[in-house]
Amino acid sequence: MTRRWIIYAATALALYALATTLEPFRAYQLATAAAYFCAAAGLTVLTGLSGQLSLGHGAFMAIGAYTVALTQNGLADAGATGAWLLGISLLAAVLVNVVAGAVIGLAGARLHGPYLAGATLAIAVAVPSVPVIFRESLGGEQGLPVYAEPAPVDVPYERWQAWIAVTGALIVAAGLANLLRSRYGRELRAVRDDEVAARLAGVPVARVRVQAFVVSAAGAGLGGGLLAFLAQSVSPGAFPLTLSLFLLMAIVIGGLGSLAGAAWGAALLVVLPDLAHEITASLSLSPATEQRLAGNLPLAIFGLVLIVTMIVAPGGVQGALTRVVRRRRTTAPPS
Amino acid sequence: MSHHPRRTVAFAAALVLAATTVVACGDNDSKAAVPGVTDTEIIVGTHTPLTGPAAAGYSEIAPAAKAYFDYVNANGGVHGRKITYKIMDDGYNPANTQQVVRQLVLQDKVFAILNGLGTPTHSNVLDFLNTNKVPDLFVASGSLSWNQPTKYPLTFGFNTDYTVEGKILGTYVKQNFAGKKTCFLGQDDDFGRDSLVGVKKALGTVAAEQKYTVTNTNVGPQIGAFKAAGCEVVILATVPGFTALSIGTAARLAFKPQWVVSNVGSDYPTVAALLKEAAPLAEGMVGISPLPAVSDAADPWTALFKKVHDAHAPNTPFTGNTVYGMSMAYLFVQVLQAAGKDLTREGLVAALKKGGFTGPGYAPLRYAEGNHSGYGGGRLTRVASGVQGFFGPVYETDPADAPVAEYAQQRPAPPTSGIPG
Repeated sequence: MTRRWIIYAATALALYALATTLEPFRAYQLATAAAYFCAAAGLTVLTGLSGQLSLGHGAFMAIGAYTVALTQNGLADAGATGAWLLGISLLAAVLVNVVAGAVIGLAGARLHGPYLAGATLAIAVAVPSVPVIFRESLGGEQGLPVYAEPAPVDVPYERWQAWIAVTGALIVAAGLANLLRSRYGRELRAVRDDEVAARLAGVPVARVRVQAFVVSAAGAGLGGGLLAFLAQSVSPGAFPLTLSLFLLMAIVIGGLGSLAGAAWGAALLVVLPDLAHEITASLSLSPATEQRLAGNLPLAIFGLVLIVTMIVAPGGVQGALTRVVRRRRTTAPPS
Repeated sequence: MSHHPRRTVAFAAALVLAATTVVACGDNDSKAAVPGVTDTEIIVGTHTPLTGPAAAGYSEIAPAAKAYFDYVNANGGVHGRKITYKIMDDGYNPANTQQVVRQLVLQDKVFAILNGLGTPTHSNVLDFLNTNKVPDLFVASGSLSWNQPTKYPLTFGFNTDYTVEGKILGTYVKQNFAGKKTCFLGQDDDFGRDSLVGVKKALGTVAAEQKYTVTNTNVGPQIGAFKAAGCEVVILATVPGFTALSIGTAARLAFKPQWVVSNVGSDYPTVAALLKEAAPLAEGMVGISPLPAVSDAADPWTALFKKVHDAHAPNTPFTGNTVYGMSMAYLFVQVLQAAGKDLTREGLVAALKKGGFTGPGYAPLRYAEGNHSGYGGGRLTRVASGVQGFFGPVYETDPADAPVAEYAQQRPAPPTSGIPG
């Protein structure tokens, strides 16, 4: 117990130090990864531990982001000031998503496998078009600006953003880690592994399923809210169907079902496109080829890395790491 | 005794450290003074859609500008400095725009952002760029938002704004199609709204108005409504993809109005490429442009840009987007020349605000103290036998209530070197 808290504290300290020493742009990337982590961690609980496949987590992020936008702008219009406003907005994003997650979870608990994937896919497609219909209040395709207070301390704004986002990610990580070690976590795994056995053991299967959706949506809501705070704008274009697919891909690549895997996945979502861009930029090509490849080559590299990872490490990054560590332990001579 | 040498060493080390710190600081001061500028290089960047829904056509703009900069660099650069143009793909997704613009400003330390493309994408980085004191020049969109000198002192437009354009198109319809039923289809954002304001300023009202969103590629209901309303002239405030969709859908409904199209959606080669074998449907389409026509090989500016294009971007398409990108790049080089050898961000903006720039454009550039809009008018184009050519005089007006007037001043011929001097 105490050891766990020491690990949390050490991680928090390390991340804080990282956010403080990084250059502003890297701090912004760290913040983006932290926001993705909140959503990915939620998704890994749902998909990896309760066995429900969601293709609609981008939609939950959108709901969180628009909640933060509306709350922030509403509070600013009402004349409220102070750094705590953001806390209220992010909390609102989580609460709204708890409700959304419960509603969708209630419907989803009746569905299995591809049917659930189909239903959540529909949500991922439908939610981004809601702002287009309610153009007056939600800003249409152009979206809404998100009011943000200036940082209360004199640091580059990106660093302030990184602190906030990392704090959010740590809260999610600590919360979920404890939840998964609790009775509830064991019930989740029991439901995933054998529904009938779980039912016989007295686990309320339907309730556990819905709760998983609620927890997962809350994480995605916080992630979306943080993204809105980072970008200082929300628009339907920021939450396309591909975002949902990328999130799913991230947790699979990172290592399904573990929080560390979600962290790897979130980091990859930020680092890989950047890396692919660097590689493209370093190639010297003829203008014609360059124009044809521009924008497409990074996507190709991105895809290639994914394929290679899946072949080399089917358990994801975290799975591969665990395997390496285990092998070392077993082959190490007794001391 | 034994302490002595050690103390000396420590003292010496401290001295060396102090000295390097001073040198390092001095070094930093002279370099950090102007981000993105050294004695031999100027780094500027842009965000543009190379992939995604808006990439068709628009993806050619930034590479064209880069080709012109390459041409300038091959001829010695500006005040001995070569221009490096960093092109970042944002896929027309505002969230990506945030990311790539931060990368350009914070990581790559660009001197300025040049020709960032799109209204929804660029609107969201205005605050970031202006608080970070980064000149934000020649935004590739005709939104009126770029012309807010007090709120965004470092942001400048380039395109003829949508309201000015709407007024000129509306006036053309009023003069040439008097009494005909005129209808309007616009994109459901600032683009469509600003354009409709201009059209209404000229026409009073339109018989029917419809909107479309970029994510829904079915314009059947809108075009059907126009047919039912008996529209004879349809004014489009559309991007190229939706110009082609509207024309194609109308043909399928056997509806043949006169099309009058806003600048961004009226480049014939782009629209024709989208319509493919149905390209003849765009015959007779009226458009507007402040810049020379691609089809007009006799135009000295088009000829110059073709020459640059063939030398620095061979085997890529030469379209209105190429001319647009190079015209913008030419203007940037003009401003750099005007800003002088001691280049600073303040100096650049001051030089631009002094105004008086003439170049490939038919219409006047409006830059002045208190006016950050770009071209103040344009010339009408018509597609005849598959070739888009200009007709009539050049018109100018403002987004408010000034009348649409003829602009008589002729463009200068391009300098023989092809580089502003």
